[in-house]
Amino acid sequence: MVSEVISFVDAVIAYDNFPAVAGATFSVDSGEIILLQGPNGAGKTTLLRACAGLLPIARGNATVLGVDLKSDRATVRSQVGLLGHSNGLYQDLTVAENIGFWSRLVGAGNEDIAQAMRLMGLSERLSAVKISNLSAGQRRRCALATLIVRRARLWLLDEPHAGLDAQGRDELDKTLRSARDAGATVVFASHEIDRAQALATRRLKVTSGVVSEA
Amino acid sequence: MSRPNNGRVFSAVLIKDLRIEFRSRVLMNQVLPFAGLVMIMFAFALDNDDVLQRVAGGLVWLATLFSSLIIIQRSFAVEAADQALDSLRVAGIDLAGVYFGKAIALTIKLIVLDFVLLVTAMLLYRVDLTGSGLVLLVTCVLGSTTGLGFVGTLYGGLTAGAKGRETLLPLLLLPVVAPVLIAATRATEAAFASGGAQTSEGWAWVGLLAVFAAVFGVGGSLAFGPLIDE
Repeated sequence: MVSEVISFVDAVIAYDNFPAVAGATFSVDSGEIILLQGPNGAGKTTLLRACAGLLPIARGNATVLGVDLKSDRATVRSQVGLLGHSNGLYQDLTVAENIGFWSRLVGAGNEDIAQAMRLMGLSERLSAVKISNLSAGQRRRCALATLIVRRARLWLLDEPHAGLDAQGRDELDKTLRSARDAGATVVFASHEIDRAQALATRRLKVTSGVVSEA
Repeated sequence: MSRPNNGRVFSAVLIKDLRIEFRSRVLMNQVLPFAGLVMIMFAFALDNDDVLQRVAGGLVWLATLFSSLIIIQRSFAVEAADQALDSLRVAGIDLAGVYFGKAIALTIKLIVLDFVLLVTAMLLYRVDLTGSGLVLLVTCVLGSTTGLGFVGTLYGGLTAGAKGRETLLPLLLLPVVAPVLIAATRATEAAFASGGAQTSEGWAWVGLLAVFAAVFGVGGSLAFGPLIDE
């Protein structure tokens, strides 16, 4: 088990030849819930996508789950779960079928599906409901259940509270704490400052591509 | 978590795509009626039994191509709706497995479509089929639908995230599948013995269909990942 989940040392992340994150140095330990704070365009999404292995590290050093991001981004991608504004679900399939699809991809069993649904508070009644018939909060929980069934060890969430009502936000916060208790590390960006601060165990401030402790 | 292997990805995507079709019934309720309507319109337009019997093969494959555009667009619309394909991409899933899964699901749908179109042609245009013609026709359908499945998945994926993808897909795809149209039409004419053609004349065209499918199967599996990743 790697205790240091993310380690960036003077890492520069270029996006279309523009250094969106310039010389970031920070680390995240296992079991933390990290809030990335900052205005729009500050580099939060770029940082999350780089941690997911989607953007190359132009300079400096960066490791995620002990894997060097400069040499093996493919391995990192398979071990982290990135959830942006969309949920990546199939609208014509049911909750159980969407989670089952991911379970089949990674070779997980029925027990894993049941556990993911239980952790996300997706009842047996909901399991047979098509995604197109669910509320935004229920869809979000289903998307998070796919991260659990994938056994993602690092959750990277971009504005996870967006589009949810008050009850959905409460459920999401509970979900993220449950995921942390189950061994996942969570890094998320949010503009819901009060709610996000209450949820986070630590905050990082991102301003004009520079990362610092908040 | 270990990286998913190609076989698992292939079967998961294949089952998922067929299940979505089973649920939404787009092929059954929209594409097949459209294809049948095209065949009837051809009959109205040509309105001559001799001409219809002679060109039946070409009409079947033209209807297949037009209908396949709807199926391909639908295949990628379900991926784009909630950025599901993007989720697969960012999760480090081997996209060659996704490519083969989607291509074979598409091929199965096209086989169903062609079965209906060929039966419609035999009933509407009164074409005959001998035993050897049937063997040639089945092989021709397998070869051409596999080729269309591969090339359709490649170009469907390429245009999935593009602006104006509804018009871009036909513009890009139809010129590329011209060899399938020609070869499948000639092989079907031979199977139907249209214009005095011999069944044996069709096998060379089936060979061309097999080469086309093989080239796009291999090339598509190599190109699909980098194209989607862009």
